[in-house]
Amino acid sequence: MGVPLNIDWQQILLHLMNFAILAGGLYFLLYKPVKDFMDKRAAHYKEMEEEAAKKISDADELRDSYQKQLEDVRAEIEKERNEARRENEAEAKKQIEEARKQAEKIIAEARAEAERDSEKALHDSQEAMKELVAAATERLMIKNDDKAIDMFLDSVERGQQHEPEG
Amino acid sequence: MRNKKGVILWLLIVAVLFAASLMCGSPAGETESVQTAMRDAVLHDINRISLFGIKDVNPGLISAFCVTGILLIAALILRITVIPGFTYVPGKAQLLMETLVGMFDGMAKENSPHRNKGLGLYIFTAGVYIFCSTIFELFGFQAVTTEGTSIALPAPLSDVNAAIALGCLSYLFIISGGVMQNGITGVGRALKEFSLPISMSFRLFGALLSGLLVTELVYYYITLSFVLPVIIGVLFTLLHALIQSYVLTMLTALYYGEVSEPKSDKNRIK
Repeated sequence: MGVPLNIDWQQILLHLMNFAILAGGLYFLLYKPVKDFMDKRAAHYKEMEEEAAKKISDADELRDSYQKQLEDVRAEIEKERNEARRENEAEAKKQIEEARKQAEKIIAEARAEAERDSEKALHDSQEAMKELVAAATERLMIKNDDKAIDMFLDSVERGQQHEPEG
Repeated sequence: MRNKKGVILWLLIVAVLFAASLMCGSPAGETESVQTAMRDAVLHDINRISLFGIKDVNPGLISAFCVTGILLIAALILRITVIPGFTYVPGKAQLLMETLVGMFDGMAKENSPHRNKGLGLYIFTAGVYIFCSTIFELFGFQAVTTEGTSIALPAPLSDVNAAIALGCLSYLFIISGGVMQNGITGVGRALKEFSLPISMSFRLFGALLSGLLVTELVYYYITLSFVLPVIIGVLFTLLHALIQSYVLTMLTALYYGEVSEPKSDKNRIK
């Protein structure tokens, strides 16, 4: 009794050999080159993606850095502004103080000058009065006797002694 | 008017050809009965072909060698002409080749995520071989038998020896995946599916043989040789080619993935 269905082990092995040849041939001629190319392209696009991600990351870092610098500059500006304001205020206060002192000085000088003028006016009026009195005395001396003149002169001298100093 | 003349001429030609074919008769019918033709299609014990004078073999083996030769020549031509011109933005031919390789590679990775390097190549070869060898019978390449008659070369997988070879090879490949990943445990897992080589072999053989038998039957009777061959010969063959390629490659990838799954992963799933 033979093998059913005309199964032939030798032909089975020949079929296997045929398949092995085909597998090897297709691997080297078609499968491997195509797959290598596909892998190469996938690697290329992956690399591009990584580069893009790196560039985005760098850009983010740069943006953060600039943001920080900007904030620092803003803080610096604010500090400078406050300092300038303080300096201005101090300067203004100083100028006001100086002006006040100057005004006080001017007032004091004016007051002193006014006093001097007043004294001078008093002195001048006394001198004028003396002259008037002298003139009047002279006229009286002409009319009256020498006694009367002496009495007048005595009374004038007494008046001078009682005058306040100023 | 012209249309009418054309239709009459066409009908006349068809009638003449029909009459001529009836008068000529069928040489196959004269040399062998339908029973003999059917039996030979299954067993290949009558029409055998000499393999370089060394041994008489089934026509399916010669078909297998022819298919391999054609595929390797086509691959060589593609390797020389198309592959060196591959670009990152693919053209039509490149797209077709990448789709073909990518499809089987993707199937291998999807079904066997832990070990799939050799699996991609195996199912690519098996898929291309089954598809092309099934399509092969459509071309009707002629060969001379040992008895001196001329026959059209059948699909290689309609020969039970080819189907057994591919089924058993697939099973051995599955076992090899299990052994490489899990050692003896992998063999145990593969042996659990002991009916796999038989089911794989005879699924292929049965599917291809049924197509062959139907085609033989249709061509045996001259009266069935009009219109029907277009559906049976071409559409059925194309469908067979696609379905059988998909089924065997998918089964191989699935079982390979199952037996090559690491132990720890399987326990974790449970």
